[in-house]
Amino acid sequence: MRVLAWGFDVFLAAGLLWLAWQALFTPRRFSAVVNFMAFYLLMALVWVRLDAPDIALAEAAIGAGVTGALLLTALGRLPAGSSAGADPRHWQRPLQYLAMAGAGLGVLWLAWAAYHLPRPGLATEVTAVLDATGVSHAVTAVLLNLRAFDTLLEIVIMLAAVVLIWSLGPPLRTFAPATALPGLPALSHLLHPLFLLVPAYLLWRGTHAPGGAFPAGAVMGAGGILLLLTDTAPWIYLRRHRMLLHLLLTAGMALFLAVALGGMLMTGTFFTIPLLLAPMLIMAVEVTTALSIALMLMAFYLYGEPGR
Amino acid sequence: MTEALHWLGCGFVVAGILFFLAGSLGLLRFADVFSRLHALTKADNLGLGLICLGLAFQASGLAEAVKYLLIWLLMLVASGIGATLIASTALACGLVPRKADMPTSSTTIKRSVEK
Repeated sequence: MRVLAWGFDVFLAAGLLWLAWQALFTPRRFSAVVNFMAFYLLMALVWVRLDAPDIALAEAAIGAGVTGALLLTALGRLPAGSSAGADPRHWQRPLQYLAMAGAGLGVLWLAWAAYHLPRPGLATEVTAVLDATGVSHAVTAVLLNLRAFDTLLEIVIMLAAVVLIWSLGPPLRTFAPATALPGLPALSHLLHPLFLLVPAYLLWRGTHAPGGAFPAGAVMGAGGILLLLTDTAPWIYLRRHRMLLHLLLTAGMALFLAVALGGMLMTGTFFTIPLLLAPMLIMAVEVTTALSIALMLMAFYLYGEPGR
Repeated sequence: MTEALHWLGCGFVVAGILFFLAGSLGLLRFADVFSRLHALTKADNLGLGLICLGLAFQASGLAEAVKYLLIWLLMLVASGIGATLIASTALACGLVPRKADMPTSSTTIKRSVEK
């Protein structure tokens, strides 16, 4: 059994390298995108093998699902003749090999450094203080209490990405499919309850098991993107919803900051939450952050600020 | 009882993998978009159903088993509508389904002679 697991790991690693190579160097853009999506699905499997189902969930939803669909829609907007990617010039070849060699050396050095890290990492320290965090799942405790500042910065980065994408131009409405199919809007209507139920389940699970704000937000965002792609969410383009959209986009970050500042007022330390309030506050932050993440993922697909 | 369910589940998973292999073979070997879709949606969905059923037999409780079956149902809905979309878009873009003109099969030769 052990040999089987070892063989599977080698197969995964080799597959990852091969897919990454294909995604970077295949001359056709469509196959590059497909290889990219397959790469992230395999990456999710790697995280499962590393006993990190939280990251696997987020990787599959964001890497393969949301980013893959984003690349595919971008591909659909390119002019039909430009399906072949740029062929590297003659003088660029040595530079490419140099970059690849540098990246390879960097990976080897990282692997060597990771191999010499003290084991089992910080797991024992996290388990020791788990009772003081207000949640019973170690990953949620790290993300929303012990290392909450990092999570806040991640949300700020996503918000910055939304601002950047929206500053590029007017919003683009999605193309209607070449044939009017009743199945497509029916699919988005049929799946709509599920796209709300599954995030709610993931959020609830996050307090004691793999789940939480990022996977929940990603799944909800995927549902929203389906709405945008089937053009069944015209309200998002309306001018009168602009304020509400901005409010919801920033709600996660605002509540996170409010909790951090409130903790400073009560305990004297930035981001320290009193244990009595911690479970409730962490749940509130998770729900709002998931909503904001879902809307931010949707906002990437608008390609521009709606309602202008 | 649990032992028997375990082996029954293994049998279903192996059967599912066989269907997946057949579907992948069809995807690689069939002539055009439409027949490839045919191979994918039928063989792979049956394969996934068998694998989910096999895993449901080995599940630790009813809740887990129902989740496996839910995965299969969702895949059925999504792949059915996705395949219809791909096929109708291909038709609208002017791709014509390939008629039976493969010279390897004796019946098709006869039919083309009659024309």
